[in-house]
Amino acid sequence: MTWKQVFTSSVGKKLTMGLTGIFLILFLVVHAGLNACIWANDHGIMFNKGAHFMGANVIPRILEIGLFAGLLLHIIQGLMLELSNRSKRKVGYAVSYGNEGSKWYSRSMGILGTLILLFLVLHLSDFWYPNRSHQNFVLGEEIDLYEKMKTTFTELWVVIVYVLGCLSLGYHLAHGFQSAFKTLGINNRRYHIMLTSLGYGFSIIITLAFALMPISFYLGWVN
Amino acid sequence: MEHYNMNLTVKVWRQKNSSDKGKFESYPVKNISSEMSFLEMIDVLNEQLIVEGKEPIAFDHDCREGICGMCSMYINGKPHGPWAANTTCQLHMRAFKDGDTVVVEPWRASAFPVVKDLMVDRSAFDRIIQAGGYISVNTGNAVDGNSLPINKDHADSAFAAAMCIGCGACVAACKNSSAMLFLSAKVSHLALLPQGDPERKSRVLNMVAQMDKEGFGACTNTGACEATCPKEISISNIARLNQEYLRASLTAEK
Repeated sequence: MTWKQVFTSSVGKKLTMGLTGIFLILFLVVHAGLNACIWANDHGIMFNKGAHFMGANVIPRILEIGLFAGLLLHIIQGLMLELSNRSKRKVGYAVSYGNEGSKWYSRSMGILGTLILLFLVLHLSDFWYPNRSHQNFVLGEEIDLYEKMKTTFTELWVVIVYVLGCLSLGYHLAHGFQSAFKTLGINNRRYHIMLTSLGYGFSIIITLAFALMPISFYLGWVN
Repeated sequence: MEHYNMNLTVKVWRQKNSSDKGKFESYPVKNISSEMSFLEMIDVLNEQLIVEGKEPIAFDHDCREGICGMCSMYINGKPHGPWAANTTCQLHMRAFKDGDTVVVEPWRASAFPVVKDLMVDRSAFDRIIQAGGYISVNTGNAVDGNSLPINKDHADSAFAAAMCIGCGACVAACKNSSAMLFLSAKVSHLALLPQGDPERKSRVLNMVAQMDKEGFGACTNTGACEATCPKEISISNIARLNQEYLRASLTAEK
């Protein structure tokens, strides 16, 4: 049993999805926690301090490479699995099983993931790319990210797209969180209720926290 | 419940052989008793087709008492029809009303090619079992029931997994045509018992490899399989399968 055989088997591919998924969930905690500093209402001083630590310190920057690697692996493996799974039924049903047997978002992980990917392209080009290019992609001087958020979220369409992006993420997490743990083999009765409630709780909190950021700026709740 | 008769329109998938494209045909059936089983209704329709000089509908069936796993119809968008924890042969016509149109399709999965009409080739399941769903011992005489101590919880879970009749409804219901619920039931059944322990690692690795070779999809934990399973096999078996696979692959000798 070579490692290649393990990670190219159907169970192994799911393991990759689960492990990278949990890694990205941990990233979301850090990202949401740091961004929540905008609500300190101190004209972004606390937020910019945190952002500066993440952008100008060598350790978070090395971890950032790992983050992109994990993200890419999750995206590529996810898309390949989706295409492969779809090819396993050449002739479809005339009447579909629909929501009777499973939740719509559990069947739509590929579409939700693609929506998140499209959102990420916009999101990275709004904040990450201008900041890193200002730093010449090394540890140079950063832009004022708080000001950048303020100006970006003055446009209503941007706020709407961000909120929709957060909703896609929320539904992706609502299934992904518990599914990742099941893939890792944890679904004993004693953990089932705990992981399911934790998963729904996490999805709701993360969605609300991220969605409220552009809304707060747009409605002038922070200064 | 009061007995009643009904007239129905049955829309059935007709396909001459595996290379034929196939299409739906609608047939009216009259005076169907609410106490008939679904397969008996198809028998009545077939007799009608024979009298009219038409080809009867080919479908799989054997015991007609819900234990063999041969019947395999996808009725009105659900494997084995609208009732929960039920096989097609045990689906009774009181599940339908007079005037209903019933749509009947074969299991749809590339790993289960249509042989004719509603019959599909499920030999892929046999090959998965041949890859490791057994224990290699000379059975000899029956041993004393208490000679091997077995934890009661494990015995119960193993028995619940062994309830799987291998009908393939899980594959038919899954959006990925994944055979994971079937496979996980077989792996769990033996992994939980001391008799299955010596071949525990090779079994899960070989059976997963065979499942992939047969062209089934991967599991995405949607739960459609569990919801449709006539024997109520729990999806927690899939988590156990993942656990078994992870342990076997991490501790493999080479």
